[in-house]
Amino acid sequence: MQCNFCDKKATVFLTQLVDGEMKKMCLCEECAEEKGVTDPAGFSLADSVMGEVQGSGQGEITAGPGEGIPCPVCGFTFGKFQQVGRLGCSECYTTFSDEISRRLGGMHKGVVHVGRVPEGLVEAHARQQRLDQLRNRLEQAIAAENYEEAAGLRDEIHEVETSVVTQP
Amino acid sequence: MMRFSTLLKHPADWMTGAAEGSGVVLTSRVRLARNLQREPFPGWSTKERRVAVLKRVKPEVEALPEMKNGFSQELDGLTSLQKQVLVERHLISREQAARGEGSAAIVNRKQALCLMINEEDHLRMQSIRPGLALSEAYELVSSVDAQLESSLDFAFDHELGYLSACPTNLGTGMRASAMLHLPGLVLSDQIAQVLQAVGKLQLAVRGFFGEGTESLGNLFQISNQSTLGESEETIIRRLERVIEQVTSHERNARLKLFEDDADMVFDRVGRAYGTLRHAHVIASKEALNLLSLLRLGAELDFFPSETGGTCDSLLMEIQPAHLQLHSGKKLTPEKRDAIRAEIIRTRLQSLDPPVMKEQQAGEEWTPPSDTIVDS
Repeated sequence: MQCNFCDKKATVFLTQLVDGEMKKMCLCEECAEEKGVTDPAGFSLADSVMGEVQGSGQGEITAGPGEGIPCPVCGFTFGKFQQVGRLGCSECYTTFSDEISRRLGGMHKGVVHVGRVPEGLVEAHARQQRLDQLRNRLEQAIAAENYEEAAGLRDEIHEVETSVVTQP
Repeated sequence: MMRFSTLLKHPADWMTGAAEGSGVVLTSRVRLARNLQREPFPGWSTKERRVAVLKRVKPEVEALPEMKNGFSQELDGLTSLQKQVLVERHLISREQAARGEGSAAIVNRKQALCLMINEEDHLRMQSIRPGLALSEAYELVSSVDAQLESSLDFAFDHELGYLSACPTNLGTGMRASAMLHLPGLVLSDQIAQVLQAVGKLQLAVRGFFGEGTESLGNLFQISNQSTLGESEETIIRRLERVIEQVTSHERNARLKLFEDDADMVFDRVGRAYGTLRHAHVIASKEALNLLSLLRLGAELDFFPSETGGTCDSLLMEIQPAHLQLHSGKKLTPEKRDAIRAEIIRTRLQSLDPPVMKEQQAGEEWTPPSDTIVDS
């Protein structure tokens, strides 16, 4: 396979999600080096290679260097979050899940959603909550060296996991 | 679609106190924050993307049966004065008023529902009802949410619930609040104590007008702080229970004040009446505080019952943007105070002086319970 930027043989293959679309890129050693692809913290396919400017919303907030790995969907960084207290897009909650969950404790009554679920997700949501519950119990059973119960739970988890969710 | 001038000419039932039950609690409000999946939030988006989101969301909102003959306006089509008027009417937020292209406000005919596109979140939907009616407000806005989710993919996570630009809105994305008029607790110096108790229940209290802790017109807003880990119904039930208790504290404080020193209460209301009826220059702060006393007088039956509604309308009409719109030109602060006094005099010109009925002074007083408890 040929490099996207020169005629050399591509040895670096990059796949990144940009605005929900899968973008693929093939680069040779030199070009990869030049574009900073080998340095994961400083590289975003969207702005460095594709030439698209992401999230420069009227210059309110612009991503700078040294703010950590950007969100693959919107290019937002956790450093930005610490400055403005807002996130970049819904996917940022996955990208920065560890940092965010550390901060949620004192903010709300709980850390897991209770309440309304979009209609199309009701079944999937119930299943997910059931799985979370079973996995918690499994962990506890293993910690307590209660292997008989753990085996039962493992089977139950497997059963829920392989059950078919009816699509809305 | 409704025009801006029509919207202004017909203030909603909850703005004018025209509806029943607006005594201590003036209004109840519930708002939901929703966002589209994998789309940059408005604050981190480009103008082009915001316009694209607007184009996608606005037709869906306008097509709702609730929005028939409603008001729908992109923010860049309004002057800053018009935006300010909408803020003073609580139909859009201050934050939304600062926005232009790519943002819009859609209000239904009755002005019980207001939806903002591209505020802090892609969609902010709120319902406002008079009196203590949080459940009613929630049902209204929830039905709109249910209709919109069938055509718009709202960002939702099994653990974090509805995903919002700010993590303080995660989960239900719901903020429920009520505006309370608490002159009795303020006059009897119990307000700090009551507000502190409310604050301990993870509910936020703030003055409705004015900045920070200052409260003008004895108006306070109580709202939920936590949005994650509790269902909408639980949050609303707790909030309603607390508001009911604050309301009963307020009523008891009024009765106690009246029992201890009826002359003082009557004097304060009478002086407020005198000043409002005859002032020719009045600053906003003074006007709000005197209107609060007039409103208290109306609830103590010193004035005809509709006087409370007149006060509520005036609260809105004497704010800066409304005054400017009324006079049709830009006003200096001095001129504003003169026009404010003129509007108040005109509105109150046929209001008779307060009358204290004989039996009122001897009414039974039940002592308030000392604490506000959750559950």
